[in-house]
Amino acid sequence: MISLTVNQHTHEVDASPEMPLLWVLRDLLGLTGTKFGCGVAQCGACTVHLNGEAVRSCVTRVDRAAGQQVVTIEGLSAGNDHPLQLAWAEFDVPQCGYCQSGQLMSAAELLRENPNPTDKDIDDAMSGNICRCGTYPRIRQAIHKAAELQRKGGNNG
Amino acid sequence: MKKDMIGDPLNRVDGRLKVTGGAKYSGEYKVPGLTYGVLVPATIASGTITGMDIKAASRAPGVLAVITPFNAPKVPGYQPGAAKPVKGLKLFNDNQVHFNGQPVALVVAETFERATYAATLIRTSYEKRPFETDFHKNFDKGVVPNEGKYKDYVRGEADAYKQAPVIVEQDYMLPSEMHNPMELHVTTAYWEGEDKVTLYTKSQGVIGSQRAIANAFGLDPANVQINSRFVGGAFGSSLRTWPHEVAAVQAAKLVKRPVKLTLTREQMFTLVGYRPLTIQKIGLGASADGKLVGITHESHSQTAVYEEFTENAVNVSRFLYASPNANTRYKVVPLNVGVPAPMRGPGEATGSFALESALDELSYKLGIDPIELRLRNYTYTDPERNLPWSSKFLKECYQLGSERIGWDKRAAQPGTQRDGEWMVGYGIGCGAFGAYRNKASAKIKLLPDGTVNIQSATSDIGPGTATSMTLIAADTLGIGADKITFELGNSSFPVAPTQGGSQTCSSVGSVVHDVCIALKQKLNTLAGLPLDSTAPIDYKVILQKLNLPVLELTQDSQSGEEAKKYSMYSFSAHFAQVYVHPLTGVIKVKKLVAVVDGGKIVNHKTASSQMIGGAVGGIGMVLTEEAVFDDTFGRYVNGNFADYHVPVNADVPDIEAIFIDKPDPIINPVGSKGLGEISLIGVAAAVANAVYNASGKRIRELPITPDKILI
Repeated sequence: MISLTVNQHTHEVDASPEMPLLWVLRDLLGLTGTKFGCGVAQCGACTVHLNGEAVRSCVTRVDRAAGQQVVTIEGLSAGNDHPLQLAWAEFDVPQCGYCQSGQLMSAAELLRENPNPTDKDIDDAMSGNICRCGTYPRIRQAIHKAAELQRKGGNNG
Repeated sequence: MKKDMIGDPLNRVDGRLKVTGGAKYSGEYKVPGLTYGVLVPATIASGTITGMDIKAASRAPGVLAVITPFNAPKVPGYQPGAAKPVKGLKLFNDNQVHFNGQPVALVVAETFERATYAATLIRTSYEKRPFETDFHKNFDKGVVPNEGKYKDYVRGEADAYKQAPVIVEQDYMLPSEMHNPMELHVTTAYWEGEDKVTLYTKSQGVIGSQRAIANAFGLDPANVQINSRFVGGAFGSSLRTWPHEVAAVQAAKLVKRPVKLTLTREQMFTLVGYRPLTIQKIGLGASADGKLVGITHESHSQTAVYEEFTENAVNVSRFLYASPNANTRYKVVPLNVGVPAPMRGPGEATGSFALESALDELSYKLGIDPIELRLRNYTYTDPERNLPWSSKFLKECYQLGSERIGWDKRAAQPGTQRDGEWMVGYGIGCGAFGAYRNKASAKIKLLPDGTVNIQSATSDIGPGTATSMTLIAADTLGIGADKITFELGNSSFPVAPTQGGSQTCSSVGSVVHDVCIALKQKLNTLAGLPLDSTAPIDYKVILQKLNLPVLELTQDSQSGEEAKKYSMYSFSAHFAQVYVHPLTGVIKVKKLVAVVDGGKIVNHKTASSQMIGGAVGGIGMVLTEEAVFDDTFGRYVNGNFADYHVPVNADVPDIEAIFIDKPDPIINPVGSKGLGEISLIGVAAAVANAVYNASGKRIRELPITPDKILI
């Protein structure tokens, strides 16, 4: 059994130590908000936070998360009101929506490290998250808006 | 009736679910007793499977079944004489291999890991045959497709361009491109008894999927339930039911348990279609004052040896510009490859790249501004069908776009404008896509609390269908959008067409409009008011008054004879400002402006998102995307996201979407013509033309990568 804390709840999971964290989240814990897109860390759909750092959960062994803090899209904010989630909805970022959990988790790390990112900062931080619907310009808009909300004292998850 | 809500920017009704991880896609439904299927691909490109050793795989822990051509239960629709034969590849039905990567076995096990492991234990022996995958080598083996609209077309005289004073004659090449939606294709199937099956599958059309599975297994369609509520992108790859979906259903029947079959990203390159590699030849002839004398458009594109795929690559040249003479020729080249599939702006995007590039070349030869050249050849009626347009505001698109991009700053002489080290250029590319409307049905329910529920078996692969349908209903009923729920993606709902060909707003939007009118009329009648009374009615109160628990109506809606009397198209003009670095060949799209005559825009917010997304697809087409094929083994060598480059954030500039937003008076009661395809059609040419304007390099082989600039 491996013990890990996901969104502030501690779980004992019956998984082999090398099982990808993504599979534990989706298949064992039923947290399907985090997505599988490629399985080899090329698309970013599976991005979660491990001790506050954005990681690709499809290539993160679950034993690396043992005893650690994992945050998924379901736990990004207590009331689904992270500034990014609010801005995302307002600027109509999601189209099909499939990649957006990963986009949001990457953006959340960016905003935490850089509360006032430029377009270039956003491009640099977000270019590992592929969106096939082409929501990139909306993502830039929404991150700027979320940064503004955050500066005004919004919740930072 | 007050019509003031259509056009309002309404937030996506399922936006919240999509930013909280709450939207549930087809692979995410918990089904008790679920088992997992894994496909085993062929390692040759053509031949006969002479034997398969499945002993070790069958005995591996957790394995429930290994399905091969030698033991597969018969799929009724695959058999000769089937009532409704299944077209295309009949997986595991015989021992023939037509392309590298074609599945030769399906392993079903208790867990995905065990199925994956067992799949590695299968040993397959083949008798190889020589195969043909090299498009260029087989170019001359192209055949004219059977379907009428792909036959050679001639207006006036064929190849008349050759006699004109000013001529452009060039070849344009487009490589294979993969849809690559972020969600993998996934199907979960389970049977209840011998003749009833349920699927959760990635589908652009639940009714189409229902009919395909019913035909394959000889079932009553009413006994096939298809669920596809959220679709993680598709772009055409889920327009049809693929052989692996049939295989999942077949496997579930065999093991008598639910089977989930998910493709790998690499399998997404071989099993679910792609935009075919195409070589086009354009001949343009014009008088010295820029009047087109003749247009010739020829296209060769790849298809599979086992199934013919066709698309409208050349058709745009028949009607986009006035020319007394125009002719087209279209051929497909059968190869040992998987069959292509329509990919966003299918055919038209390919054809527009060639035509609009050639027109740009002609503009420089003539010394006439590219927009002015288009204006000189503007056509107010459809020259192909000799019919009036139902509506056409392409001229307005030229004007608005040229203002927004700053066309007046464009240098007429290529390679002469700089911003620091960078060469700067501007380009335009136009497109058209048929405005279609098909029959659709919807059910409306007025509930005791005064809210309204509407159901229709349409899909939402990303455009925001539920949102635009909610707006149309709110507008027609005159109640708030928050009082309306719209449900889709379920085959038990009233029949609606597949979400493809930019027709959903037109087809489903019309029936949503009509069913709302029917409800209003019914309520007026019940309230003793004239049928078309616009007096406000409190829905909650009237139900109580009439002592009705709910009021329910189902309505069909379809077009009349309009399509015979009018030519109906959406039109677009895309404008690009591009920077090219002279030393590195790096190309940066600095700004894109997409101007569209798509009729009435129902929801500006989601419509703008759709336009931006299509433009990003166009950037991929022109600058980054290419599925690279190795003809030694007959397979793709870049079947992953590291080597197949889809655009990322840093590749994409700010994109401005501008709508003419004038309702088409003919096509449907809403006046919308469709956006999904037109958003991409014309983008590639706009960027390629801007690259030429910036650098003086005319690149006719996509994608335009830095190496091509430097050669």
